[in-house]
Amino acid sequence: MIAEGLNPALILIVGGLLAPLLGGRVRAVFMLALPLLGIVQLCGMDYGSGGIVQIFQLNLITLRLDGLSFVFALIFLIASWLGVIYALHQRDTMQDVAALVYAGAAIGATLAGDLITLFIYWELTALGSVFLIWARRTERATRAGLRYLVIQIGSGVLLLAGATIHLRATGSIAFDHLGLDAPGGLLIFVAFGIKCAFPLLHNWLQDAYPEATVTGTVVLSVFTTKLAVYALARGYAGTEILIYIGATMTVFPIFFAVIENDLRKVLSYSLNNQLGFMVVGIGVGTELALNGTVAHAFCHILYKALLFMSMGAVLFRVGTAKASELGGLYKSMPLTAGFCIVGSLSISAFPLFSGFVSKALIMTAVLEEHYPVVWLALLFASAGVLDHSGIKVPFFSFFYHDSGKRCAEAPANMLIAMGIAAAACVALGLFPQALLYPLLPHAVDYAPYTLTHILTQSQLLLFAALAFVTLMKTGLYPAEIPSVNLDFDWFYRRLLPAASARVWTLALRGWEAFNAGAARRVEALIAVLSRHHGPHGLLAATWPSGSMVLWAVLLLGVCLVFYYL
Amino acid sequence: MTVPSPSADRPEKKYWLDEPRNVNKLIGVLIAVCVALVIVDAFYHKHVHLAFEESFPVFYGAYGFLAYCAIVLSAKALRRLLKRDEDYYDR
Repeated sequence: MIAEGLNPALILIVGGLLAPLLGGRVRAVFMLALPLLGIVQLCGMDYGSGGIVQIFQLNLITLRLDGLSFVFALIFLIASWLGVIYALHQRDTMQDVAALVYAGAAIGATLAGDLITLFIYWELTALGSVFLIWARRTERATRAGLRYLVIQIGSGVLLLAGATIHLRATGSIAFDHLGLDAPGGLLIFVAFGIKCAFPLLHNWLQDAYPEATVTGTVVLSVFTTKLAVYALARGYAGTEILIYIGATMTVFPIFFAVIENDLRKVLSYSLNNQLGFMVVGIGVGTELALNGTVAHAFCHILYKALLFMSMGAVLFRVGTAKASELGGLYKSMPLTAGFCIVGSLSISAFPLFSGFVSKALIMTAVLEEHYPVVWLALLFASAGVLDHSGIKVPFFSFFYHDSGKRCAEAPANMLIAMGIAAAACVALGLFPQALLYPLLPHAVDYAPYTLTHILTQSQLLLFAALAFVTLMKTGLYPAEIPSVNLDFDWFYRRLLPAASARVWTLALRGWEAFNAGAARRVEALIAVLSRHHGPHGLLAATWPSGSMVLWAVLLLGVCLVFYYL
Repeated sequence: MTVPSPSADRPEKKYWLDEPRNVNKLIGVLIAVCVALVIVDAFYHKHVHLAFEESFPVFYGAYGFLAYCAIVLSAKALRRLLKRDEDYYDR
């Protein structure tokens, strides 16, 4: 431990803000050291609550360490370290700062013991992360970043509203189990659901992540969504509706992933699908299921970052990550291809790789609690994962038709980051009892490597691979076509603007009609006035002074007559 | 005098996978493993939670194959509804 009671989040946030003061190698070393210092600090702390700050008569618990927050903070620190390594070739101060502040904010949020602290860090993740999108410095990225920011900030606003209602009703801001029936519970649930990319609240993810920079997408893939998984596990474990939300999440994105051309967007859909497995685990809510969710989040962060790193390396070297423009790259980037395949095997849950262990914990928990239909849906989705992340991503980029593109292998720092992530995927798969289980919040009594599990899982995956071969050979497999596919974002990117434009035109037309009517009335009034008071009007005519005199004389005469009488 | 040509003119290295025959070999291996899994399926006692996992022979293999085809083919059909030009949102 470095200093008593120092929040590891602050190491990254303050360190990130100080990074621009340093330059070149010194900054690189400094940034590499920050997550490692964070890990040392985190591992040296005892479980318990601390870092109490008082504002407005509220006691904020800025540091609450227990089994659940520890493992998320740990994997966030490891991932941010990998992110720094992966970005070492890059000279971009904006991204250096944003990546560290963003990671620090996510860690701060997992360590928050109350809803207000959670809210503050929640919004800071939104602010920090959007610069990783804007750093692409294109028109598209700027717009995507704005859409992303609006939705992320909106999620925070809902969280604050829920927290306020909760405080008024209960007098407490503690962030413990909430449930949907708690005051403000539904608002907070939706706030978490947005960041967790629940169905129909999901599209910010596939919209924004592929538009971020090469290194930015890797960092983005780690934090926001898994922070939401953590928050749901903390506040809504055992909420049954999450089982069905999660099952929908596993199935719904795979169809989009199959026909998507941008491979980083394919991975974004795949990320959404993986979140579904975790959400199901939270919904089941037993110790085994929650262990499964945490284990899956831990393994998933590594293999998903690895996959995004490999596609980032392709984008960096070739200038595109579109399947229709790639192929045969294993000749130029053999190491990247190898690491990508390790990530693919891990996410597909092949035996000996990390996903095999972590996904099985959730699947087993689902069966033990008697949800056979949900289990079948998850098994269905597992075949889908094999397609889009297991086969499509490596196959269409590194193999298939040779695109003729030749480039250099990825930079050394990228290869090192990918190598470490790949090694971790294999190590977690090989030695779960030693490496993974001790990190989980509850004691684990599950042996992944039983004969039944190995053989049934191999059967599922290899027959699915056989289906791929069959569809390719018969020409039924959908070709990679340069295109975009409509998803839910169409509603707010097309329908809503079009509808509002229509309303605007109608309103404008109404206003014009009103104006024209009013103008006509005013003109009529002016005409009347000018008839009577205008230059030729009777009332406005200049009368000759003679007639004035005549009238005066007449008046005087009348007066005289009256005097006489 | 002939100048030694730069490497660009040299025929590119031939890779093992460039040969369609070798790709077919890989597919052959996959089929062989699948067949082996089917055979093994009948000869060990499964520790399972659901009755149909055991009563339905090669349940996982069949499910994997069919699920995969269902996903890919229905996604392909979905494309007709959802596909737009690449610059759809930029116009």
